Amino acid sequence: MDFGFSQEQELLRSTARKFLENECTSGFVRARMEEPAGVTDEFWAKLAEQGWLGLIYPEEYDGTGLGFVDLTVLMEEMGRVVMPGPFFSTVLLGGLAIREAGSPTQRKEWLTRIAAGQAKATLAWTEPSARWDAAGVTCTARDDKGRFVLNGTKLFVPDAHLADAIVVVARTGEGKAEDGVSLILVPKATRGVQVKLLPTMDQTRKLCEVTFQDAAVPADALMGVKGKAWPTLARVVERATVALCAEMCGGAQRVLDMTTDYAKIRIAFGKPIGTYQGVKHKAADMLVDVENAKSLTYYAAWAVDENSPEAPLAASMAKAYVTDAYRKVAGAGIQLHGGIGFTWEHDLHLYFKRAKSSEFTFGDATYHRERVAQLINL
Amino acid sequence: MDLSLTPDQETFRATVRSWLKTNMPREWKPTGSSEIPRAGQYDFLRRWQRTLFDAGYIGLTWPKEYGGGGLTFMEELILQQEMALAKAPPILNVLGVGMGGPTIIAWGNEEQKKRYPPKILSCEEIWCQGYSEPNSGSDLASLQTRAVKDGEHWVVNGQKVWTSFAHVADYMMLLARTDPSVPKHKGITYFLLDMKLPGVTVKPLRQITGEAEFNEVFFDNVRVHESQVLGGVNNGWAVGLTTLMYERLTLGFGLQMRLRIALEGLLELAKGMEKSGRVVTKEPVMRQKLAQLWIDTECLKYTGARAITKLLRGEMPGPEASTGKMAWVDTHQRLQEIAMEIEGPYSQLVKGSDWAVEGGVWAHSFLRSRANSIEGGTTEIQKNIIAERVLGLPKD
Ligand SMILES: Cc1cc2nc3c(=O)[nH]c(=O)nc-3n(C[C@H](O)[C@H](O)[C@H](O)COP(=O)(O)OP(=O)(O)OC[C@H]3O[C@@H](n4cnc5c(N)ncnc54)[C@H](O)[C@@H]3O)c2cc1C
Ligand SMILES: Cc1cc2nc3c(=O)[nH]c(=O)nc-3n(C[C@H](O)[C@H](O)[C@H](O)COP(=O)(O)OP(=O)(O)OC[C@H]3O[C@@H](n4cnc5c(N)ncnc54)[C@H](O)[C@@H]3O)c2cc1C
Repeated sequence: MDFGFSQEQELLRSTARKFLENECTSGFVRARMEEPAGVTDEFWAKLAEQGWLGLIYPEEYDGTGLGFVDLTVLMEEMGRVVMPGPFFSTVLLGGLAIREAGSPTQRKEWLTRIAAGQAKATLAWTEPSARWDAAGVTCTARDDKGRFVLNGTKLFVPDAHLADAIVVVARTGEGKAEDGVSLILVPKATRGVQVKLLPTMDQTRKLCEVTFQDAAVPADALMGVKGKAWPTLARVVERATVALCAEMCGGAQRVLDMTTDYAKIRIAFGKPIGTYQGVKHKAADMLVDVENAKSLTYYAAWAVDENSPEAPLAASMAKAYVTDAYRKVAGAGIQLHGGIGFTWEHDLHLYFKRAKSSEFTFGDATYHRERVAQLINL
Repeated sequence: MDLSLTPDQETFRATVRSWLKTNMPREWKPTGSSEIPRAGQYDFLRRWQRTLFDAGYIGLTWPKEYGGGGLTFMEELILQQEMALAKAPPILNVLGVGMGGPTIIAWGNEEQKKRYPPKILSCEEIWCQGYSEPNSGSDLASLQTRAVKDGEHWVVNGQKVWTSFAHVADYMMLLARTDPSVPKHKGITYFLLDMKLPGVTVKPLRQITGEAEFNEVFFDNVRVHESQVLGGVNNGWAVGLTTLMYERLTLGFGLQMRLRIALEGLLELAKGMEKSGRVVTKEPVMRQKLAQLWIDTECLKYTGARAITKLLRGEMPGPEASTGKMAWVDTHQRLQEIAMEIEGPYSQLVKGSDWAVEGGVWAHSFLRSRANSIEGGTTEIQKNIIAERVLGLPKD
């Protein structure tokens, strides 16, 4: 047993840290928050150059063919700097769905371009009902003379305004909730697709409303078997969830670092505030949260890589815990900074808001605890 | 990253598993709550530990020449997991195995290392820990029990308190002040004290549970031979710290295992009880709480695995090594609270009532769990240590 990172992974970590500290400064993040794109072409090209956009794609599609434990390292570092932009939506939602369900042609077309930084993608799953279960999928894709015609509204779709391809979760048949769900690859340029950028609390994560009004795509836009996409979707989401957890861990760790650094230099009553137990004990609690969050995330990443039967359980355990942990740690970070932590100027709010947006991505802690209960046969 | 076992380790697991199947004592009725040695079970537990010793299933990481197995933490971990799965009885000589032995192996001279550790493992000699005093608990270094040199002997006077197992112990890990003229950490010596020496008096103290598991120990001119000093005169603080380190480590393993046993027991309990006509496990709020316990219990396992990996690689323990006790305390105390919640009004009934659920064991373990955040260093002290040593915040 060896439950730690390899030398190569530690190297990836230090490379990523150095790169992101230079390229993804607080100034860069804030500039991206103010504009719709959330990313610059230059920055995106650099991510491609590093090989990170294709990190988890097979080599035949110009990827690096690495796994989720490797990705965990990278995601932690990205979370550490609250990296904005469509990395998550492209690589882990749209791209991963294509990797898991796409035909060889779809993979060839999209994964190679994603890896090269030439295309962006996303996943349009949730709807105004904000449900994570199959019954929440009401958007339809009608089979119409060798075409699929889509109708419906998707909400909370990350970065749809930037995506070249939208993987749409749509209902192609009647039947049980999980039956009849299909994945359809819709080029954004398709007529009848309308994307509206939504103002969000976490400006580093752009969310969209996507509406389909008789949007027609050819039959070969179908990914995988018609009506049988639910298990694939679950697999994609499970993996994306684990990656999200890693990103959250990185953010939480950074908040803890910022807070302990501050507690060492901020003087009140003639001493650094870190001298006082009210501060010390809170910081110790934060450390417990951060370390536990990492333990569960690393396990989930390993389980996913190994295709372990425990992977769904591991992913839900991680998301439930990490969600609470990041929220608590980010809140405590603000508290221990006093008034300065409440300002726009200080970076803490970026983490606090990221914790919040991540909390409600792919189900909050309550949702995942219930899943854990089901998976352990309660 | 690889959580799988080597073929040798898999074989070891299989061997332990089948051994446990054949050797689990018939009279042992595992209860759901977390098992700690209880007064009425001492004779039975002594025999059980002996059985483990004879089979080589205790002290796995100790060197062979001192009675151990000469194996790695991996085998220890596997053993602990299998014991948990089998709901095996607890170890009686837990302080000797968890702390005394490792400290003697780390600091003892050859004679001491040959003499004591094997009998600790076999349970021929039970050990207790004489650290806390009426006026020194968290601030242990302020202890006042005195040892004064007289020829080849040290004469000990003073008092210890909260001494678990002192009433059955053959030996005590004793910290006493041997030089009051130097700063408090520098004048303490670690003694291996024979509890049968004249002048040692043990008075049981009744606990919150009604049982007497810990004691007061009085020393009245107890003459301890100088050969019983461990690790050098006035070096007791450093020696004692080793003990605390081992305590965390072994407790880490053992505690996760106990927690897992308790959790499985709790889930059984929940499946068998109803609230407002609905099975507890079908009640949404309880499902949330039970799932969280499951997550927290599993989490301890993986945090432990991270710490062990560092050990196996020969690296310094990272922050994850220090958070385990706190996380365990929190989870276990919550688990016991939830047991009471599941039982509802029945939680009020204790041993002796026909209506008591599972003979009232959960009421007992619930009460006992209150000590978790006090024994082995209070939670407040743990947080101070984490904040100062791991996070580098300034000392008071
Ligand atoms: C929205 C808002 C509006 C405000 N409006 C006003 C206003 O109108 N007028 C005005 O004068 N002020 C105002 N304040 C300031 C507010 O009163 C201070 O922020 C507050 O007193 C804390 O001081 P500080 O920010 O300097 O934090 P610090 O004093 O630096 O404290 C930082 C952290 O250390 C902790 N800490 C400090 N000393 C100790 C100790 N001895 N023991 C344990 N913990 C300690 C604190 O609890 C905090 O968590 C406002 C603040 C906010 C957020
Ligand atoms: C069931 C049980 C078994 C035990 N077995 C043994 C044994 O076998 N051998 C042995 O030697 N001891 C044993 N102990 C004693 C245990 O180690 C002590 O109780 C513990 O170290 C706390 O000391 P105290 O009781 O004197 O409390 P105190 O030190 O008086 O603490 C009282 C309260 O003040 C807090 N406090 C103290 N100092 C600080 C500080 N600096 N900052 C913040 N808070 C502080 C504490 O956290 C605690 O909440 C046992 C205790 C229990 C409950």
